[in-house]
Amino acid sequence: MICIMPDSNGTSTGTIEERAKHVRERANWMRRRLLKMIVDAGQGHPGGDLSATDILATLYFDVLRLDPTNPLAPERDRFVMSKGHCTGALYTAMAGRGLFPEEELASYLKPRSRLNGHPNRTYLPGVETNTGPLGHGFPVGVGIAVSGQIDDADFRTFVLTGDGELQEGSMWEAAMFAGHRGLGKLTVIVDRNRLQQGAKTEDTNGLEPLSDKWRAFGWEVVGVNGHDHAELLRAFDAAAEPRNKPRVIIADTCKGKGVSFMENQAGWHHGVPNPEQYAQALAELEAEMA
Amino acid sequence: MGAGTKSDTALFDCRDAYVRTVEELAVTDNRIVAVVNDSVGSSKLGKFRERFPNRLINVGIAEQNMVGVGAGLANGGKIPFVSGASCFLTARAMEQLKADCAYSNANVKLCGISSGVAYGELGATHHSIEDIAWLRAIDGMTVIVPSDPWETEQAIRAAASHDGPVYIRLSRMPVPALERTSPRFEIGKGEVLHEGRDVAIIANGTMVNRALEAAAALKSEGIGARVINMATVSPIDKDLLADAAATGAIVTVEEGLKQGGLGGAVAEFCAESAPVPMRILGFPGFLPTGSASWLLDEFGLTAAGIASAAREVLDKRA
Repeated sequence: MICIMPDSNGTSTGTIEERAKHVRERANWMRRRLLKMIVDAGQGHPGGDLSATDILATLYFDVLRLDPTNPLAPERDRFVMSKGHCTGALYTAMAGRGLFPEEELASYLKPRSRLNGHPNRTYLPGVETNTGPLGHGFPVGVGIAVSGQIDDADFRTFVLTGDGELQEGSMWEAAMFAGHRGLGKLTVIVDRNRLQQGAKTEDTNGLEPLSDKWRAFGWEVVGVNGHDHAELLRAFDAAAEPRNKPRVIIADTCKGKGVSFMENQAGWHHGVPNPEQYAQALAELEAEMA
Repeated sequence: MGAGTKSDTALFDCRDAYVRTVEELAVTDNRIVAVVNDSVGSSKLGKFRERFPNRLINVGIAEQNMVGVGAGLANGGKIPFVSGASCFLTARAMEQLKADCAYSNANVKLCGISSGVAYGELGATHHSIEDIAWLRAIDGMTVIVPSDPWETEQAIRAAASHDGPVYIRLSRMPVPALERTSPRFEIGKGEVLHEGRDVAIIANGTMVNRALEAAAALKSEGIGARVINMATVSPIDKDLLADAAATGAIVTVEEGLKQGGLGGAVAEFCAESAPVPMRILGFPGFLPTGSASWLLDEFGLTAAGIASAAREVLDKRA
């Protein structure tokens, strides 16, 4: 695997197609690496990890302006992982960006590892706030954006939420307040894979019409294919333009994306591939890049 | 050590000391911001809003978001003072206090207003008598219960200088200014306000003055009661507790639930390190309708009730 490190300040160069190709390669590496982590650890959340991989790859390998050697620099862009259970995707993205050594991924979920089942900022610099219980990261992200608004700071705040997570009331408290404050440097990405832990969101506590809900709360709404890196890049590029409203990118995704037998299967929310399944998953992912 | 209250009986609302101190800090430190849940009036932050309009963040009636936003402001380098009625700030936003503030070690200052039974007649939904037990159970959460205006100011200043989450439990019930011969506030340190060798009375918040009155009454009976103001419940001052246990008997008194609060913290220490007879004074559970002063009288949180408990515990020791 060729490891292409992004520029330390995250500024991107090249055409959309060139940038998308780079992100695609990194996303493929993330998928293969996070599955190994889950197999080695004997637990994890592969469905949600694979759903969010392309969004995280686009952010960490193109969009986010941060210095991996100074992860707490005040001017850094903030990324908040509100769907904190998808640490396979988060940790591979962070390691790939250089926030900690890739070899450390082997410690995932092991005793006293910095790579806890849910992200912990006191263990791992670069994590902005400890998440895991749903409905927490978004309000914290709003507070970060308010801080930047008070100071007229340049940094941007990105929050990734699950779609099932939008059933938490605190998410709408945060959405209402961000709309009221006109937080123009705040971007939320909804990982809209339509599955929650045990069933479809629309069969459990339906979210639609989701775009209308965000608009009614004062947000700009953009819909993208959450696995199309060029579309994601264009949406993030547009989000960087000056505006006086927060923006939500509703990313249409597929839980378990990239591994045929996991795709759209609620049962892979949790779940660990057996050796045959793992071999098949790797073969499929390698074939994708051939 | 000095004793008792000042000879005049002037009473003070500690919220005034709170907002005055936050405003003073805000003048010289632009990191200081205030976050409220529509509680500008009850938190007395109207003047702060006039002076620093950009630094008063009112999230509306949304306590979970309020505490999360506070943690986010801390991430952005601010020192947020998040204020709201204690009953809502703690109970409604408990998981945010745990995960966003304490577990994340966010530099958030949480100011619970109208704690204890200050909202007497409004009933148990509006009483905040469980908050000390809840908050002191959270690792890394400093819990301070100031007793008077001076200590409120000191607690606010100490909290602003402390790196990490702090819960400051304020009342709205008027209290006298306590006399101190050598005033000195430090997080995690209690203070002896009245010396005595027969029994130790450990109190905080609105109960300290009543404990001093009880000690004066006991003194006239020949009983020496040491009065300890344990403003910081977590982390608690174990050295002072060891000294208190050496008297051979302890009474604790707090404007809160009997279970798990200051009395619980003292009992945990004594059970493991210095077993002595104890009495824990506080409220038994959900309370009937009544004013704050009636509730305190009805449940024995008075000078007479404290003195009576001291006599009982001395009898038990004998």
